[in-house]
Amino acid sequence: MITYLSNNSEAVLAALRQHIWLALLPVLLGFVIALPIGYLGVRVPWLYHPLVNVAGVLYSIPSLALFVFLPVVLGTKILSPLNIVVALTIYTVALLARTVADGLRSVDPLITESATAMGYRRFRRLVDVELPVALPVILAGLRVATVANISLVSVGALIGVGGLGQLFTRGFQLFYIEPILVGIILSVLLAGIADGVIVLIQRAVTPWTRFQGGRA
Amino acid sequence: MITFDDVVKVYPGGGTAVDHVSLELPTGKTTVFVGPSGCGKTTSLRMINRMISPTSGRVLIDGQDVAGQDEALLRRGIGYVIQHAGLFPHRTVLDNVATVPVLLGKTRREARTAALELLERVGLAPEFAKRYPAQLSGGQQQRVGVARALAADPPVMLMDEPFSAVDPVVREQLHREFLRLQKDLGKTIAMVTHDIDEAIKLGDVVVIFRQGGVVAQVGTPQELLADPADEFVAEFVGRDRGLRSLSFDTAAELPVLPVPAELVLDEAGRPLGWKTGADDVRPTGGTFTSADTLRLVADLAILSPVGIAVRVDADGKADGITPHHDLADYLAARRG
Repeated sequence: MITYLSNNSEAVLAALRQHIWLALLPVLLGFVIALPIGYLGVRVPWLYHPLVNVAGVLYSIPSLALFVFLPVVLGTKILSPLNIVVALTIYTVALLARTVADGLRSVDPLITESATAMGYRRFRRLVDVELPVALPVILAGLRVATVANISLVSVGALIGVGGLGQLFTRGFQLFYIEPILVGIILSVLLAGIADGVIVLIQRAVTPWTRFQGGRA
Repeated sequence: MITFDDVVKVYPGGGTAVDHVSLELPTGKTTVFVGPSGCGKTTSLRMINRMISPTSGRVLIDGQDVAGQDEALLRRGIGYVIQHAGLFPHRTVLDNVATVPVLLGKTRREARTAALELLERVGLAPEFAKRYPAQLSGGQQQRVGVARALAADPPVMLMDEPFSAVDPVVREQLHREFLRLQKDLGKTIAMVTHDIDEAIKLGDVVVIFRQGGVVAQVGTPQELLADPADEFVAEFVGRDRGLRSLSFDTAAELPVLPVPAELVLDEAGRPLGWKTGADDVRPTGGTFTSADTLRLVADLAILSPVGIAVRVDADGKADGITPHHDLADYLAARRG
């Protein structure tokens, strides 16, 4: 494995780099898109259930099908990485829109009410009070989305763009175990690191959650 | 002054929460809305800062209809305290208190400095400043809630069952501090409670609501205890209202008799007890000064082994006695 790595270090590194941005760019885009959608699901109460249903259906579309189907809809080339980015963004939105809605719904009405009574206007109340209080729930969803994306990118290798997934296809084609092992280890490592980074961010931005549950 | 001008609130479901209420809440005083649940007291309170809009009628603060004012700006000028305090869990105690000043455009630094002073005012040590609400007891959270409402120094404060979520000992303490603070600050306060004792203790004016959002009686605590408007109010203020009404007057004008020989004194003239037999001296059970309430005097007369309350001066020297029948005569004469 070490020899494989040293002989192919450039190809492996390129695959890893591609894997990272293919997985994380959709997390970022998906999060930004999911925020207003999730908020709408809370703001307009009757939208919540349709939102949950649509999200569930979207998430259940097999990734390979989406990778193949998207070029038809978007008019992109079948080998374009854009297909992967769009597909994973859809999954992320499906996952996070619901998480954002659930997070906002988990905020104690007493807290929103007292914020209103202090003189918060709606938008500032959302940014200053509701989102921060919902953050633990939202960040938990973000961890799931990030790890899921990191594993899904590999599927893209079947249509020729798949970061570390290319190591799997290569290994299968050559009946050669080394690249497969390297691919697996690197994806797991990547998922672990990404997850750990989010946990660290969570600790830093929600220090108050450490005392929850210890209430007298 | 806060004015309710023929205010009605009807909910779409058809229930009348507030039924033609007209009231005046005097400036600088505490007005307590009290009544059974579903009597419209909280709805009335929330119409002051437009958390609820009246179906008809007007609510005015110093002559200005609140309906014409920007909601957020209006609310920043009105302190608000609720049960369980409703603190922001993600902010430290200090930043919770700094909330409204920051909304009003103060820098976070300025607001925090002022907040630190306020914490002291409500009886919280500076080390609480950096803690989060979840690290505080219920009583401490409630103090932070009061400090947060006071932070922008609003002339008007609304308090919705502010002390009902804490145990009786802490509540007693918070009551004392509330009275002390209000004596210093003289805010125009509207408070809601379901506890008539709390209303009588804290209110300068008490408004008793009955089911259906109707005001049953408005008056000072003394007036309500002495002269309930009807059966409902009499029932609501409770059976021992006669005894409780004695809490509002001091013994300053209560006549006393000279100290008799049966009262045993020490060299400094302080009472030791009553001589009830040749060698039998029984403790007095306590003494009062002319600044104490008539309720204490009545209590002492009842507890005393001889039915006589003993008055002392500032040095603790016995300077008079009041037998219970003299107290009864005084109360009867006072009633007219």
